[in-house]
Amino acid sequence: MDYVINFLSGSLYEGLVYGFVTLGVYITFRVLAFPDLTVDGSFPLGGAVAATLIVGGVNPWLATLVAFIAGICAGLMTSLLNTKLRINALLAGILMMVSLYSINLAIMRRSNISVLREATVFKKTAQLFGVEPTTTLSVIFMVVLAIIILGILNWFLRTEIGLALRATGDNEQMVRGLGVSTDMTTIIGVSLSNGLVALSGGLVAQKQGFSDVGMGIGMIVMGLASVIIGERLFRPRGVTTILFAVIGGSLVYRLFLGIALRLGLPPNNLKLVTALLVIIALAIPYIQKKVRREWIPPAARM
Amino acid sequence: MKIKRNTKIMMSICLLAVLVLVLPLMNACKVEEVKKVGISQIVSHPALDATREGCIKALADNGYVDGENIEIDYQNSEGDMTLVDTISAKFVGDKVDVIVTIATPNTLSAIAAAEGTDIPVVFSAVTDPAGSGMVESWESHPNDNVTGVSDMIAVADDVDLITQIIPDVKTIGTLYNDGEANSVFLVEKLKEACEPLGIEVVERPVSTSADILTAAQSLVGQVDVIWIGTDNTVVSGLEALIGVCEEENIPLFPSDVESIERGGIACYGFDYYDIGYQTGEMIVKILKGANAAETPVEKGKIISLSVNTAAAERMGVTIPQELIDAAGIVYDE
Repeated sequence: MDYVINFLSGSLYEGLVYGFVTLGVYITFRVLAFPDLTVDGSFPLGGAVAATLIVGGVNPWLATLVAFIAGICAGLMTSLLNTKLRINALLAGILMMVSLYSINLAIMRRSNISVLREATVFKKTAQLFGVEPTTTLSVIFMVVLAIIILGILNWFLRTEIGLALRATGDNEQMVRGLGVSTDMTTIIGVSLSNGLVALSGGLVAQKQGFSDVGMGIGMIVMGLASVIIGERLFRPRGVTTILFAVIGGSLVYRLFLGIALRLGLPPNNLKLVTALLVIIALAIPYIQKKVRREWIPPAARM
Repeated sequence: MKIKRNTKIMMSICLLAVLVLVLPLMNACKVEEVKKVGISQIVSHPALDATREGCIKALADNGYVDGENIEIDYQNSEGDMTLVDTISAKFVGDKVDVIVTIATPNTLSAIAAAEGTDIPVVFSAVTDPAGSGMVESWESHPNDNVTGVSDMIAVADDVDLITQIIPDVKTIGTLYNDGEANSVFLVEKLKEACEPLGIEVVERPVSTSADILTAAQSLVGQVDVIWIGTDNTVVSGLEALIGVCEEENIPLFPSDVESIERGGIACYGFDYYDIGYQTGEMIVKILKGANAAETPVEKGKIISLSVNTAAAERMGVTIPQELIDAAGIVYDE
């Protein structure tokens, strides 16, 4: 039984911590319809900032908060490149992603920082409650944090700005017609998204004991895969259920990866499994329609 | 209708998950005596693969044969950092008897994951274990259930070798990935070794193996020789560098034996297979009950001179006969 519990709690922790990346990707790709690739750079940025500050003796909670803010700055840059300099969204994200590689190296002054011997938020929490920093504790920690962040997002997306943000992705023309600056909503959305991604990076670095400049590779693919799985599997309607579905998608994705690994699938093939998973998730509604002989829209390009 | 379908999907996922989880569980119940060894490797790469093979060979030579009395669970994250932690968590969840880690990031991850358990971590092919906080110090680390074998190369010996083959060397160029902690550390060592000799070091950081060609060409005319450390990125794209060096007659000195065979001139290196073998012997001691916390960290032992006379000729240098005589391994084609 230990085996199953260990496996499930491990996947739960990973699903939740990478769930913030998924939430970020969801905000840009789905809510704003802004294909933001900054994510691959802002994730290690969060790790780099958190680890560098922690090694420098800063309180881990503060370090994590600064990581979040650093991510917001990265997103701010991407969205400014897009809105103020009119650089294509995809390109703006790629430019920021490449710049962040150098920036992350400059922050850490080397490629890999170890926080093994340092105080992390997980160890601080363990100390606070007088327990050992185990996986169970990190799961509880992540559940609490996820509830807080989902609560804030749920509130935010229902405010006036949040509504304008959601409308921007649906119909930019209409939002402009209503007198709302879509530049402003894009800037807020992309910044918030990258803040969440960097927060995840900061937490991951503290849990795994190091921050590495290469740890963001493939983050965007993972985030997109989780979003699509969540959407297709849980078919959410309304803000609250969507937020939960996105996190749920991340959980299911991690569970699948864990199962694939345990089945002895070589990790080199995991990317292929991810792609297959996404293809299946995307193809199911098409096949269903085909079976029911319903009308199928032509293939979309974007 | 909608709810029904969702429930069905969820149920089938749960069913699948339970099935998959129960199968290995039943397997685990059958055999009790078998010790479990989890090997976590960062990426496939000739040196790291050789390390793993050497390690498995040492286990077999000491009576621990995979599939008979031990079960080796080999996982390779193929450079995907999000998997590094998943693999460490898997090993801790499986309660393996020892976690063997090949390279720096997965060692750090395994140590973090094994904290609070009694699972020892034995690393291999890590250059700077004390500097990266894996152990308090090389000799004594009573609080860390961690030990291993370091692949710290003697950069000063390599520089000495270069001056023996090319006495009038003024500048040494080096390519390395500034994203690899080990390489940055080795370039620092190179500068330390060159400074008293009045040799200038010209650095060319690269971020992927695709940058090697451009970086190497930018060194043409600026340096007398090129030295490279045990850098994963540069060593994977070594052929591009060898091409430039042969064309422009720049002597190339890599620092691992495999790279000498591929077309470098000479090095005092160890074979990564031997490092792996040394690690394997350490694992045997730990499987037999030794305490990892009381086992000092070892340096790669077998350091021998390897030369490649054919490569030297192609790059326009002659290796002195006494060096060829002293070499442990000579490649001549």
